[in-house]
Amino acid sequence: MGLSQDQIARYSRHLLLPEVGVEGQEKLCNAKVLCIGTGGLGSPLGLYLAAAGIGTLGLVDFDIVDQSNLQRQIMHGESTVGKLKVDSAKDRLADMNSDVEVITYNTRLSSENAMEIFKDYDIIVDGTDNFPTRYLANDAAVLLGKPYIYGCILRFEGQASVFHSKEGPCYRCLYPEPPPPGLVPSCAEGGVLGVLPGIIGLIQATEVVKLILGKGETLVGRLMIFDALATKFREMKLRKDKDCPVCGENPTITELIDYERFCGIPSAAEAEAENAALEIPAEEVKLKLDGSSKFTLVDVREPSEYDICRIDGSVLIPLGLIEEMKPKNLNGLSQNDEIILHCKAGVRSLKAVKALKKMGFENVKSMAGGIEAWSDNIDPSVPKY
Amino acid sequence: MITVKYFASLRNVAGKEEEQFDLGNETTLEKLSDEIEKTAPKISEMIRGNNVMVSVNLNVVQPGAIIKDGDEVAFLPPFSGGC
Repeated sequence: MGLSQDQIARYSRHLLLPEVGVEGQEKLCNAKVLCIGTGGLGSPLGLYLAAAGIGTLGLVDFDIVDQSNLQRQIMHGESTVGKLKVDSAKDRLADMNSDVEVITYNTRLSSENAMEIFKDYDIIVDGTDNFPTRYLANDAAVLLGKPYIYGCILRFEGQASVFHSKEGPCYRCLYPEPPPPGLVPSCAEGGVLGVLPGIIGLIQATEVVKLILGKGETLVGRLMIFDALATKFREMKLRKDKDCPVCGENPTITELIDYERFCGIPSAAEAEAENAALEIPAEEVKLKLDGSSKFTLVDVREPSEYDICRIDGSVLIPLGLIEEMKPKNLNGLSQNDEIILHCKAGVRSLKAVKALKKMGFENVKSMAGGIEAWSDNIDPSVPKY
Repeated sequence: MITVKYFASLRNVAGKEEEQFDLGNETTLEKLSDEIEKTAPKISEMIRGNNVMVSVNLNVVQPGAIIKDGDEVAFLPPFSGGC
C-alpha cells in the first residue's frame, strides 16, 4: 500500500532508523494488536502504540472511568470520569492518531469470548488486574499460537515478559498454580505508585513494536523485574516446562476452562451467602454507636489510610497484624468483646473477621462496604480516596 | 552460605529483604524450605504449594532443584495488578 506523504512526515523519526525504515513502518501500520484492559498498563500501551501507528488496536474493558483511576491511567481524564473506559480510550486515541483503527469490546474477557476476540489479532497484550483473566489470556494465546505480552504491577514493583509458546515458556511454565485467593493483594488493596504502570506498560509496548518489526532481542524466556524504590532492574532466565499443562509436550488443557474455579474463587452466589453472614450494614453500626451498646470498632486499614480519614472512636489494627494471629497484636481485644471491623470497602475487614474467628472470637462482624459506605450513607464529610 | 532474597509482598511476610543460610556444600530446595519454615512458615507453605517462582543465580528452577554453597536463591510471588 505504501506510506502517504502525511504518514512519511508523521513517522519520519521511525523512517530514519535503519531497523524500522519504510518497510518496518508499513509493518507497524498493518499490525493488529489487542490490549486487554485500558487501565494503568493499558494507558501507556494504548497511547504509545497509537502514536507508533499500529494499524488496528483492539481494546477490551468493561469498567467505567473513576476519579481514583486518574493518578496513573493517563489515557483517561477528568472529562471522561463516569464514561465507559473503552469509549474514553477510543476518543483519546482517535485524537492522537486518526490513522489507527480502534476496535472496542465493552465486555469482560471470558472463556466464551476470548478465542473469538483473539483470533483477529497478531499480538495479545495483558493489562488486566486479576489472576483468572491472566491464565485465561495465556491459555487462549497458547492455543492460538500468538505471542502474549505480560506485565504486572503492585506497590513499587513490576514484572514484564513475552510469553510465546512456539519459542519459549508461557505464563503457566512460570506459575503453574495460582496463589490461594486473598493471599496476593490487588492494587486497590495494596496501592501502586502512579508512574510504575508507565514504566512496565512501556516495556510491554517496546516488546510489541520489536515483535512486529522482527528486530532486536525480545523478552522471550526472560522475566524483567523492576523495583522502583531501589531503581533496580533484574532479569531472570525462564525455561519452558516440558510438563506444562498447556504448552508442554503432552498438554492436558486443550480448550479454555473455568478460570474463576481454577483460581479457587467461589461463584458469586456462594461467596455472597458466606460473607453476608459475617457482615453488618453501616446503618446498624451507626445506630449502635449512637446507642448504649458497648462494642469496639476496629479499623483494619493501614496507618496511611487512617491518616486520610477515620470514624471517630475507632481503633487501628492493620489487617497484617491481625492475620499474624498473635494475641499480643490485638491491642487488648478480648474474645468476649463485641467487635465490629471495617476497612475501605469491606474486603480486608472480612478477611480480618475470618482470622479472628479462627482465633476463637465469636462476636465479630465486618461493616459492609467499609468506610466508603459510611461516607455514602452516614457521614458525607468523610472523604473517599 | 546461601543467600535468600525475597521479592515484593514476600518481603513483608518474611519481615526482611534477604537472609543467609549455612546448609553445607549442597542442599535441596526442600531442605532450604524446611529452614525457612522456622521463621516464615507462610513462605515455606507457598514454596511447597508451587505458588512462588524460585530462581537460583537468576535462573528459574523447578521443585527438586539442587542448591550449592554460595548460590543466590530468590523467591518471587505472583502478583496480578495492572490497573
